[in-house]
Amino acid sequence: MAIKTGDENFFTRVDKGINNEFMRKAVATAQGRIDGRRRDSISSLGDWEEWRNHAEEIRQHTLENLDFYLEQLAENVEKRGGKIFFAETAEEANEYIKNVVSSKNAKKIIKSKSMVTEEISMNQALESIGCDVVESDLGEWILQLDDHDPPSHIVVPALHKNREQIRETFEDKRGYKKTSNPEEMALFAREQLRKDFLEAEVGITGCNFAVAESGSISLVTNEGNARMATTIPKTQITVMGMERIVPTWEELDVLVSMLARSAVGQKLTSYVTGLTGPKDEGDVDGPEEFHLVVVDNGRSKILGTQFQSALQCIRCAACINVCPVYRHIGGHSYGSIYPGPIGAVLNPLLGDYDEWKELPYASTLCSACTDVCPVKIPLHNLLIEHRRMMVEQEGKAPFAEKLAMKGYAFAASSPSIYNMGTKTAPSVMGPYSNNGFITNGPGPVKLWTDIRDLPELSKGKDKFRTWFENRDKGGN
Amino acid sequence: MKVSLFLTCLADVVYPASVGKSTVEILERFGCEVDFPKKQTCCGQPAFNSGYHRETKDVAKHMINVFKDAEYVVSPSGSCTTMLHEYPHLFEDDPEWKQKAEELKNKSFELTQFLVDVLNVKDVNAKLNAKATYHTSCHMTRLLGVTEAPMTLLKNVEGLQFTELPHKEQCCGFGGTFSVKMVPISEQMVNEKVQHIEDTDSEVLIGADLGCLMNIGGRINRQGKPIKVMHIAEVLNSR
Repeated sequence: MAIKTGDENFFTRVDKGINNEFMRKAVATAQGRIDGRRRDSISSLGDWEEWRNHAEEIRQHTLENLDFYLEQLAENVEKRGGKIFFAETAEEANEYIKNVVSSKNAKKIIKSKSMVTEEISMNQALESIGCDVVESDLGEWILQLDDHDPPSHIVVPALHKNREQIRETFEDKRGYKKTSNPEEMALFAREQLRKDFLEAEVGITGCNFAVAESGSISLVTNEGNARMATTIPKTQITVMGMERIVPTWEELDVLVSMLARSAVGQKLTSYVTGLTGPKDEGDVDGPEEFHLVVVDNGRSKILGTQFQSALQCIRCAACINVCPVYRHIGGHSYGSIYPGPIGAVLNPLLGDYDEWKELPYASTLCSACTDVCPVKIPLHNLLIEHRRMMVEQEGKAPFAEKLAMKGYAFAASSPSIYNMGTKTAPSVMGPYSNNGFITNGPGPVKLWTDIRDLPELSKGKDKFRTWFENRDKGGN
Repeated sequence: MKVSLFLTCLADVVYPASVGKSTVEILERFGCEVDFPKKQTCCGQPAFNSGYHRETKDVAKHMINVFKDAEYVVSPSGSCTTMLHEYPHLFEDDPEWKQKAEELKNKSFELTQFLVDVLNVKDVNAKLNAKATYHTSCHMTRLLGVTEAPMTLLKNVEGLQFTELPHKEQCCGFGGTFSVKMVPISEQMVNEKVQHIEDTDSEVLIGADLGCLMNIGGRINRQGKPIKVMHIAEVLNSR
């Protein structure tokens, strides 16, 4: 899928999102439900702010010592008979994965949910060598069946689809004959997937957190599909972003407790799986071969910059679930597999400002995202920082805006110019006034008055300054 | 107690005297001696939020100088007060100005915050017969951390029939330049906000930030809804 999900212009995508009534209803309902559950579930932990501080510390410490922990992880993975591969780019990761798969002559691959494999377009890479790659997370499977519809949310990828649309997809693609009852459809998916699980020669998973001290990987799911994908196939490949690591099981405990609550409002997900290397002698199940692929793909260039905190992300999507912009435009409008506030921060970092120039501005800076983030990423500040980078470092701001901002700053730091401006502005705007309001303003004001009225600018005796001055002179 | 009023550019340039006048009169009622440093302009937020930080520093330095002798700086805006509190971050590499910015930050308050937290006032003896609801602006609640003060004061306004705004934590879609850069999204956001206000069956929408009120009020006006928009200072000065 790659990070980018299409070539359409940002505002075209936004327009489609806004006009997709079903999607908007689904998003509004899901936001209310998930965030409501999140609030309830965090209350059982006691002082949530203390937990957040702790989690932030863990993530900051890990990122500051990332080289150490990755080395420790590698050592321990190898000690337990696994193989580890560090991929600098998506291509390197895919080459390695293709080589492993080819060496097993594998044709059927079963996958559990993984954003990083989406990011590097792993499915396409494997399909190009003739493999059949099957997604086993229900949401991802639905999207895959529906001609690879892009995900619109990082935890609930098919959030934009309703039951009826899913039923239609099942009918068209797999001859499903029953109703849109969720239980019936889930049972159908289960039957269909069971065959793929049993046939798969290779299982590929993502990784919520790797544990450096033991060389383990952890997976949280509600469907149990990750367990199937890691027990039945003889070969297991796990793909992780290089920052998704904790020093020990103690930190894992903290972060998983917060992830489940922040992502889906559960104290724990139905399955929390910890896996260490291939199966040992005497083990009844588990893979014979275990490969861990650690993907950089632009992450290391974020380290050490003012954006480093973005790598603290544990992909819970809590920021997405409270974002008022996401609420109205939906995930596809962002044009990336990473939507919402974290997407608006991450995409320009993993890609560049040319590709993602609108996203940092697709926020009111209301800071609901920053408030809710379990690992305290200052998301709205990072969005401002992106804007600053575009203006000051990259010279990418529109000329008219630059001129306006320079003019503004000049006036706002020089009282005589400011006062002259505030005195002349009402007469400039005068002709546009209508009953005390401007309904169709000139220049940039037009953008404002396209959808709302602007109060007529105050002048002369109506102004505060005049009142205060008269008062000083004894008037009122 | 001496208080310097930071009026904010919207109350200065766009709106008539009422918001500033109410602020002054309330403060005086509680024994403050209010002055208005005439050289004040804007907090710099439009430039700051748009990424023009070099320009913002010029504005910030000007404002720091304007208020350097003030004992307290009080403003009828949560968002603009938040911006004053942001100044020290602008001068991370400049200890001298950082120090000055810290001084301004420490003496700057939003109006209701000042009344409740500094003057320890809970009842301003205001009276307003109206059904009303209150919009909690994002910067004031989340960044400045002022949530209770306006409620404490509004609760004691005689005659006010208050209904809490559903989804009050949701942004109204103003966002400064967002309102003109992302018009279609801003429109959806403000529409939903107006809908929630209508759902409360209120005659008056109260708010503590003129940016939000200009956005919501502008949309209400465009849609011709019979809802009056008032700044909290105006409500607290009604008698």
